[in-house]
Amino acid sequence: MVCDLCKEGEAVITLTEIVGSGVRQLHLCEKCAAERGVETMVGSTKPQINNFLQTIHEQMPAAKGEPVQCSFCQATLSDFRATGRLGCAHCYEAFESSLRDLLRRVHGSSRHIGRRYVAPLPSELPHVSSATELRDRLKRAIEAEQFELAADIRDKLRGIE
Amino acid sequence: MLDLSLLPDGGASWLDASGEHADVVISTRIRLARNLEGYAFTPRARDGERLRILTQVREAFGSLRSIEDGVLVRVDELPSEDRLLLHERHLVSKELAGLNDQPVRTGAAVYLSRGVGIMVNEEDHLRLQALHSGFHVADAFGVIERLDAELGNRVPYAFHNEFGYLTACPTNVGTGLRASVLIHLPGLVLTKEIGKVLAGLQQVGLTYRGMYGEGSEVVGNFFQISNQTTLGRSEGELLDYLVRVVRHVIEREEEARRVLLRDAGYIIEDKLWRAYGTLRYARSLSFDEAMNYLSGVRLAVGLKLISGLSVYTLNKLLIFSQLAHLGNNEGRVLTESEANVARARYVRETLAVEAE
Repeated sequence: MVCDLCKEGEAVITLTEIVGSGVRQLHLCEKCAAERGVETMVGSTKPQINNFLQTIHEQMPAAKGEPVQCSFCQATLSDFRATGRLGCAHCYEAFESSLRDLLRRVHGSSRHIGRRYVAPLPSELPHVSSATELRDRLKRAIEAEQFELAADIRDKLRGIE
Repeated sequence: MLDLSLLPDGGASWLDASGEHADVVISTRIRLARNLEGYAFTPRARDGERLRILTQVREAFGSLRSIEDGVLVRVDELPSEDRLLLHERHLVSKELAGLNDQPVRTGAAVYLSRGVGIMVNEEDHLRLQALHSGFHVADAFGVIERLDAELGNRVPYAFHNEFGYLTACPTNVGTGLRASVLIHLPGLVLTKEIGKVLAGLQQVGLTYRGMYGEGSEVVGNFFQISNQTTLGRSEGELLDYLVRVVRHVIEREEEARRVLLRDAGYIIEDKLWRAYGTLRYARSLSFDEAMNYLSGVRLAVGLKLISGLSVYTLNKLLIFSQLAHLGNNEGRVLTESEANVARARYVRETLAVEAE
């Protein structure tokens, strides 16, 4: 089914809205739903955050085409389901569409509208050794038996050292 | 033993009863959750990573202008009684202090200054918090906003265009902001209105907890009310909303107190004076018992039944009659029964001074 709004994306969500005295159903794609999610999802069947882990278990099946592991920290979606904690900032990209759905259920929205952060330029920051960072990633990759990734990281390390 | 009097404000400026509605609202706390780019989140990070995070932020702390004379405390190097002391003083969370089921993490630290603190290697790399006396949301946020802007220029935060500030737990993502007020609601509890009020909070996106945050029980009619969601609304909207609802709760509490005095005047008066009498003369007090009687005396002061007792003293009694505080005062670790005796003595002596 095609999205009722943009007529391009594939509809993944059916949104029921009350318009005047009637009810209207909209079939929306991921993107349009994200854009409208803010207003439309608030006040719907939002679970308590106290039951957050339960919400994850019940409502977060792996989305199609998502990587099984985060390439930075090697955390998996099942790690997340077990602990309720993501492994690193990159997990938000690795599991983006499952998370978007979860965030809408938990917060009523998946879009940050608060303060926007502008990161300082690298030249303004104190120097941080990237070799030690790579060594950490290497250890994690080996532990997770991600040997191809480990080899990649090892090559990068050699380049630095 | 840790000497908290060495902190810039003795770690106690939030008890000074200076803010608005200080007899009902003990304190206002605002925290921002932030993570650094380039590392796994704290629960997944290795010891070495957490130590490097600490080194990196420590350098940044030294050059902050919005915090003066800050002191860095390595929580991971403290014995458990001192970690408990920091937690009882509301300066670190249970998780950072390693008082949950998990032991304290290598690299756990807190940078403390006048009314502000930065926890390092909590569930998120950084938890910036401002703690103010009374109902002081705008001031507390002003402090924390300046600190956040400055620190974000010294270390790179993990930020996502759509999801905002990224956090280990998705319940904090977006603004990373949790604002909470510690509020005393004995009127609503005694008139049995409290259930309705608390249920109402949850319907409007707020939540409540006990005095010590997540998972803690409500004792002495002290509740912590905070925003539940952090995403999809701006910081200003989240705070405005909390302020509006808390004002309403304060009005309901005041109304309940008027009803109590009108309909059950002498019964209430008798109950509160008995609480005062027990605190004034008891020789052993358990923590829960002390909290419940202190709640009664606080209500009596609010109703102007007891005069000459300051809200500051009441605040101090709440905090300094806890286990690690009593032990710190005596210079040794106390057993529970020793603490009960020490607690009764501390409360008795404090009240005697004010009664003179």
